[in-house]
Amino acid sequence: METILVLAHTEADGSLARSVREALHAAATLHKSLAGSKLVVGLIGDKVQTAANSIAASPATKYFGVTGADFTQSRYATDVAAAEAISQAGQATVIVAPATSRWARVLPGVAQRLGGRADTHVTGVAAADGKISVSRWYYRQRMEGTLTRTLRPWVIGIDPGSQTACDCGAGAAVVEMVAVTLTDAARRTTVVGLREPQADAQTIRPDAQLLFVTGAGWTKKQADGQTHVPEAEKLILGFLKQARASLGSSKSLVDLGGEGQTVLPFLSHLNQIGQTGATPRHAKGLSTCCHGEEPHTVGWRFINERRAISLDPNCGWARGKADVLYVADAFAVITKVNELLAAGSAA
Amino acid sequence: MSIAYQIVVCGSIVPDPLQTLEPVASPTGPALKNEMMLPAVLDPWAGHALFEAANLAKNSPGSKVWLVALGPKAKLQQVMMTVAQKVPFELVALDGSSSGFTDATETAAALAEAIAAIPGFDQSKLLVFGGWESASRGAGATLQMVGERLGILDQFQGVDELKVNADGSLEILERIEGGKHQVSRCASAPAVLGWATGNLPEPKNNPQVGMVNMRTVMPALQKAKPTQLAGAGLSFASVALPKQRRETQIVKDQAPDAIAKEIVAWIKQ
Repeated sequence: METILVLAHTEADGSLARSVREALHAAATLHKSLAGSKLVVGLIGDKVQTAANSIAASPATKYFGVTGADFTQSRYATDVAAAEAISQAGQATVIVAPATSRWARVLPGVAQRLGGRADTHVTGVAAADGKISVSRWYYRQRMEGTLTRTLRPWVIGIDPGSQTACDCGAGAAVVEMVAVTLTDAARRTTVVGLREPQADAQTIRPDAQLLFVTGAGWTKKQADGQTHVPEAEKLILGFLKQARASLGSSKSLVDLGGEGQTVLPFLSHLNQIGQTGATPRHAKGLSTCCHGEEPHTVGWRFINERRAISLDPNCGWARGKADVLYVADAFAVITKVNELLAAGSAA
Repeated sequence: MSIAYQIVVCGSIVPDPLQTLEPVASPTGPALKNEMMLPAVLDPWAGHALFEAANLAKNSPGSKVWLVALGPKAKLQQVMMTVAQKVPFELVALDGSSSGFTDATETAAALAEAIAAIPGFDQSKLLVFGGWESASRGAGATLQMVGERLGILDQFQGVDELKVNADGSLEILERIEGGKHQVSRCASAPAVLGWATGNLPEPKNNPQVGMVNMRTVMPALQKAKPTQLAGAGLSFASVALPKQRRETQIVKDQAPDAIAKEIVAWIKQ
């Protein structure tokens, strides 16, 4: 009989992120499919009662909490100790957690401490005939595998954005507090802050509906034989501002910046998508001036609706990968798009 | 305050990202078609970790870099011909599978054992580096397990910057959600750092560095310990390429105005 534990950490305001509800949905699906299984929730944070209450109508039968100032920081040593203690208190055989940056740092360590196994970046969970299986991608989203494990506990990190969020409502949850004794060694690291671009310079927006992908073509010579990098910068930033889109970039364009060339200065490796970059999840994606074949296109593997603007009608990035390919000059099209979006927001 | 670190980079080889990859079933589980024939490269994120390690060692007199790599010996040798020309390091080789379908726990056990067996191993000076994910399994799990096995409680993932402060403490930038970095301060080594891209460009090939490295690379490959990764309790129901191929509608000879209108309408849907 499986005991499924959903591990979650609270946000700075004490709430739970959407990714927690997604993990809870995945765990509840397993719980429903596994006769005799139990579902429990473990919460970590400064205070967890409000968070527990916000999901009190979930099918979970027990709530565990580790609280205190030591557990507000996203820090390996304290997070792994808290997760270990909750897993033991709940006698968990399957541990499901959202693969936030905080949990992604910790989950494999939790599995190691508990003598179990870990699978991360899981995009699907299922159970049939009493067996749990998970799906995840291999070789940088090039192929998808479905696997099962017999060893327990099994720690499963769910990729945020890959699941439906549980709409379990609020109520009054009874939280059983779990004591964690920390040594000084667990406090050798201190989180001293966050570094982020200024609000108007932030180009990565995970919650955006649209991913705008820019390729190296923006920096190449155009029809007049000249490059138009300042104009490209203005157009791209203008589009991001008007469409409230998130910016992704091909590796080749990011690398140009890293090589010391003054190319689109707002781009960094954080924007990079694809084989050696991110594979973000957005409802829509618009690629511009991108080129390349299959290995380069994995960056928008998880984009639902895809459109592309390219001068090359046979572009491997777009053909067979996009729903619509506009064979056109992105400079001209995005200029007009920006005008229309600006007029729309002014109206 | 200058500290002589022992910097151990865990990193293996992956198929060249530009190759076509196709999964096949093998007697031991899933594998890649013609896996041994595919050209291999050092895993990109492990490469970043190695270059950052070399840079730190250069700026911290007395430090030394080891590259601990688990992979088929013949393929490791092939890749080392190039990698060894980049930066100075000593190779510790383990002869086994570098497949993405192996288990992180078993890989971590082999790596941790190899690290602990490095002559002169001093945990108080140890920095374990590696990529925050690989381009094969892509789990981002092995380093944490290596750290746990070595008893290291200070671990960081998605690292883009490491600075050694004047008091010997480490200041670390880790990638978090939304294009932000978390800034942490760690009292000192030991620590585990899973690198994202860092800030350093790939060093140019230096044949002199290559010659020095190869003096230790070849003996290390010759005495590479055979390592079995059994995949205990793990079974794959399927591994397949995504079937979905979209029927792309190609719009040609349309004016930018018309395309723009269509795109704006689509964005607003």
